[in-house]
Amino acid sequence: VIPRYQKILFVVLLIASLAMGVVLWQLRERAHKRLVAGESSAPTRAPEVAPAEQATLVAANDADNSLVPQVHSLPLPADPGARARAVLGRLLDLYADPEATHPVPGGAASVTQVFLLPAPGDIQTRDPGAQLAVVNLAGNFAASHPSGLQTETLTLDSMCATLRANLPRVAEVRFLVDGQPRATLAGHADLTRTYLTAAAAPAEGIKP
Amino acid sequence: MALSKFATAVMIASAVAVAAAQQAPPAPAQRFVVVLDAAHGGDDSGGKLDSGQLEKTANLALSVRLRSLLGARGILVVTTRESDASVELNRRAEIANRANAGACLSLHTSESGSGVHLFASSLPPVPSTRFPAWKTAQAAWITRSLALAGVLNSALEHADLNVTLGRTALPGLDSMTCPALAVEIAPQRGEDNTITTEPDDADYQARVAASLAAAIVQWRTEGRQP
Repeated sequence: VIPRYQKILFVVLLIASLAMGVVLWQLRERAHKRLVAGESSAPTRAPEVAPAEQATLVAANDADNSLVPQVHSLPLPADPGARARAVLGRLLDLYADPEATHPVPGGAASVTQVFLLPAPGDIQTRDPGAQLAVVNLAGNFAASHPSGLQTETLTLDSMCATLRANLPRVAEVRFLVDGQPRATLAGHADLTRTYLTAAAAPAEGIKP
Repeated sequence: MALSKFATAVMIASAVAVAAAQQAPPAPAQRFVVVLDAAHGGDDSGGKLDSGQLEKTANLALSVRLRSLLGARGILVVTTRESDASVELNRRAEIANRANAGACLSLHTSESGSGVHLFASSLPPVPSTRFPAWKTAQAAWITRSLALAGVLNSALEHADLNVTLGRTALPGLDSMTCPALAVEIAPQRGEDNTITTEPDDADYQARVAASLAAAIVQWRTEGRQP
């Protein structure tokens, strides 16, 4: 004979089990609905396009070893790091043209990232707002860059001068390739050095 | 008595020493040494020229040519390599610094640009110190290097060669404790920017080498004083 309290306990446990089964089924349905909703969550708003602004690109010229500032209109993001990447990308787009005064293959995709950090150095002497730009270049850009003292130097100097022209707080620049330090750009120009943007600034007038 | 004898002996010895010093021949002038660094070599071939030749080979050819011209003018030349050998950048600077050279030239060739490119280090000039940092040792010599660039520029232009001057960050050159320049020979180009003479052309290299040799002879006589 089953005692009465055991019968009651059995019925309670059975009801609890059924209730839990129902709750689990409902949770599963909700999760499924969320998943389906996520899959169909196509963008409903067009991405915001940064407004076009005037940017100064300091372009190199192999013919006379010069750096010439040129004013271009291009969309510039508000974030300084993205802005730096945008201007450098546009500069390298100019160089990717076979008829360029300083032909270098690669284009905008050659600048993978630009990080802006407080500039290191002597706290007593440095400008407190000065920034160090760490420019991460793509490996195929370095691999395909023409080899030569002048052409490599002009590429680095023009990038430094372009950063200074558009982000005046950038005082120093360091270059990485695929996130790693590299001895030279293409066998000549030193990539282990910290470049001073003031030293790369051209002395000539602006060419529109 | 003994004291007066000692004083007399000291006076005589001093007089003899002074006389000997006055009669001694002047110390021989330090020999003028030029260091030629043919860039790249061995596994490091440098760039590739349109003619198919590797940069390391063209650099070595220029170094050999210039060494011969300088040697014929009685200038002692030290080279960083005489064959297709791999020489580390620090080793090149060590060779130059041990030579106590009056001029150091790092020789390059390239397809980019035109004419002859003269590059001094882009390090900012600093006063000379007894123990300079290795990677920036050239900083104390920048003023002298720029003066050497002026002399070379004049000689090359005198030979109707197109010259561009610049500053660069070149490993090896930045560690040299001598008036040091990088010389890069680029093609000669016509009006429409087409190449008329390749940088490894023998006659072209000979013209450049002759101009550099003449400039270094002038530098030896004019530019040694700091």
